[in-house]
Amino acid sequence: MLNPYLPYPVRISDVRVETEDKTLRTFEFEFLHEKDAKAFAYHPGQFAELSIPGVGESPIGIASSPTEGNKLLFTVFRAGSVTSKLHGMKVGDVMGVRGPMGNWYPLDQNEGKNLVIIAGGYAVTTLRSTMVWLQDPKNRSRFGEIDFIYGARTPGMLLYRDEMEAWQNKGGVRCHVTVDREFPDWNGLTGFVPAVVERLAPKPDNAIALVCGPPVMIKFTQPVLDKCGWKSDQIFLSLENRMKCGIGICGRCNVGHQYVCKDGPVFSKAELDELPVEY
Amino acid sequence: MQYKILSKDSLAGFVEALSKEYTVYAPKRDKKVPNKMVWKVLEADETPTFEFVNTEMSPKDFVFPQSECMMRFKAEGKEAMVLKPVEMDTERRVLLNVRPCDAKGLSFMDMIFCQDEQTNDVYWRDKRERTVMIGLACNNPCPSCFCLEANCGPHHEAGLDILMVDLGVNLLVKPLTERGKSIAASLPDAEAGEPERAAIIKRHAEDAMKKTFSTERVEQRSLMELYNLPYWERVCETCINCGTCTFVCPTCHCFDIQDEMPANGDTGRRVRNWDYCMAPLFTLHTSGHNPRGKKVARVRQRFMHKYKYIPMKRGGEVGCVGCGRCVRLCPVNIDIRDVINAMNAPDATAEGREV
Repeated sequence: MLNPYLPYPVRISDVRVETEDKTLRTFEFEFLHEKDAKAFAYHPGQFAELSIPGVGESPIGIASSPTEGNKLLFTVFRAGSVTSKLHGMKVGDVMGVRGPMGNWYPLDQNEGKNLVIIAGGYAVTTLRSTMVWLQDPKNRSRFGEIDFIYGARTPGMLLYRDEMEAWQNKGGVRCHVTVDREFPDWNGLTGFVPAVVERLAPKPDNAIALVCGPPVMIKFTQPVLDKCGWKSDQIFLSLENRMKCGIGICGRCNVGHQYVCKDGPVFSKAELDELPVEY
Repeated sequence: MQYKILSKDSLAGFVEALSKEYTVYAPKRDKKVPNKMVWKVLEADETPTFEFVNTEMSPKDFVFPQSECMMRFKAEGKEAMVLKPVEMDTERRVLLNVRPCDAKGLSFMDMIFCQDEQTNDVYWRDKRERTVMIGLACNNPCPSCFCLEANCGPHHEAGLDILMVDLGVNLLVKPLTERGKSIAASLPDAEAGEPERAAIIKRHAEDAMKKTFSTERVEQRSLMELYNLPYWERVCETCINCGTCTFVCPTCHCFDIQDEMPANGDTGRRVRNWDYCMAPLFTLHTSGHNPRGKKVARVRQRFMHKYKYIPMKRGGEVGCVGCGRCVRLCPVNIDIRDVINAMNAPDATAEGREV
C-alpha cells in the first residue's frame, strides 16, 4: 500500500549559494534508492514537500527539469524553520522529499505556440525547470519563439544568471532580465516586471503566457497583459498557498473549491477569474 | 433483502459474540454529566442505551484521531534522522448504535481521504476497513437535527454495515454489506409485518422534522455571488472563531502536520492533529502574507466550503449531514440553518429564516 505521506530518502549532493545575501541556495539531491528516483517522475511546474525529520516539511517548487537526468534541484529561500535548518545542512546529509505534487504548465496542450514566460523574484525556480525543459531539442522544435522576462530587486539577487546567458545564445529565445532600479555594475533593463512587460508589449497571437511571481507582481502584470490583448485562457499563473498534506485533503490551501496543492499550483487566468482572491 | 430480528433481551449474547472478534463501542451516558453521551467500550455485561439524542462528539475520531502519529524518526550516524513508518493499530472494532448521520459523515469522508492513487490516505483507510458500523435509526429527531435537508435522513443507510430500527421490544436488523450479512447471519429472520412497522416509524421520524432551510438557490447562485454577500459581515460579528463547530462536525477534516522532537532525544515523531479553517494561523504564509487574514473571510470559508465549494467539487454532495451538533454547541448561538437560509434568500442582504 503506497503511503503518500512517507518521503523518499535523499542525500544532498551539492549546495550552491545563489544570491549575494545568501538567503537563496540551490540544493541538489540524489535519491538513496533507484526505485524512488523512477517513482518521482515530474513535469515542469510541479512542486514537492522537502521533509526534514524532527523539523517538518515545506512545499518548494522543483527547479530542475526532468530532461536533466537524475538531477533534482530545489532553490530555497531561507524563511521559516524547515528552510533555515536546510540552509544549515551540508553535502552528504540525508533528508526526505515527498512528491511530485500538483499539476504543471500546460505545454503539451500548446504545441506550436510562442511562449511568454514572466518571472519575478525567486518564483523563477519552476520557470527554470520549464526553460531547461524547452532547451531539450525534442521539446524546442515543438514551440515557436520564447520571450523570458525575469526581474529581481538587485543584480545580486538574480538567480541562474549564467544559465540565462546560455539560453539567450540559442535561437529563438529572448531573455529580458531586469532589476528594480539602476546599479553601477548593471547594464541590463531596469524597472519592475509589469513595466518591462508593458514596454515589450508581447503579442498574444498564437501564444501563451506563463506567469510566476509574488502576489504583487501577479496583480500588476495581469492588467498589462489585458492591455496587450491577451485573453484569460492564454495566461497561466502558478499560485502559492500554505500547504501541509500536499494531496488535497487537509484544506489549508483552498481557494474557493480548488486545492492549490492538487488542482494547482498552475491555474489559467480564466479559472482564477471565477475564484475568490484568497491566495 | 433478508431482514433479521434481534430482541433486546438477547442483545447481551449478540454483543458477547461480537466481542470475541471485535472491541465493541457504543454511546454511553457520561458518569459525571448525565445528558452527555460519549463513545465508550461496551463491557461484557453491559446493555447499550437506545434512548439518546446523540453523542457530543461524532465518532470520526475512531478513524481520524484528534492526534495521530504518522511516522517516527530515529537518529542514525551523525545527525541524519531515519524515517520509521509507524506500526498501524490493529484493533478491529464495532461501532454499535451509530446514528445514520454519523455513518454518512464517515462515508462522505471516504470520498475526501481516498480520492485516487495520489490521495490515498492509508491511515484513514486502514482504520475504516477495521471498523464495523452497526447503525441505530433515529426515531425521535431532536429540534436541532436537519439531516433531511443535508441529503441524509433519520434512517439513512450510507456508511453502515447494518441498520437497526428500534421496534420497542425488538430491533429490526437490516444487513447492508457482506460483512453486515455475515454478522447478522445467526439472527432469526424478521416476521412478516416487521419491516412495514419500521417503514412507518421512519415516516413518522421524517414527518416530525420541520423543514428549516432550502439549498435550491445556493446551488444556482455563482460562487462569487455567494462569496460577495454582505451577510458575511453579520455572521462574522458574532462568531468568535473558537472552532467548536468544526471539532464536533462529523465531516470537518482539516488537519495540521507537526514534527515532535524531544530536547536531547534521538527519536521523534510526525503527527497530524485536527485543525480548523477559522484559526487565524491556518492560512498564514511564512512570508507573513495571509490570504484569509480577516475573520470575515474565515467565517465565510466554513459555510461556503460545506454548502458551495464541496458540492461544486464533489458532484453536488454537501459537506454536512445535518447532525445539529454545531447548532447545539456553538457558544454564541450561530445556527448554520440561518446562514444557509441567508445564502438562499432572493435578497442578498436577507438575514435568514424567521423564527
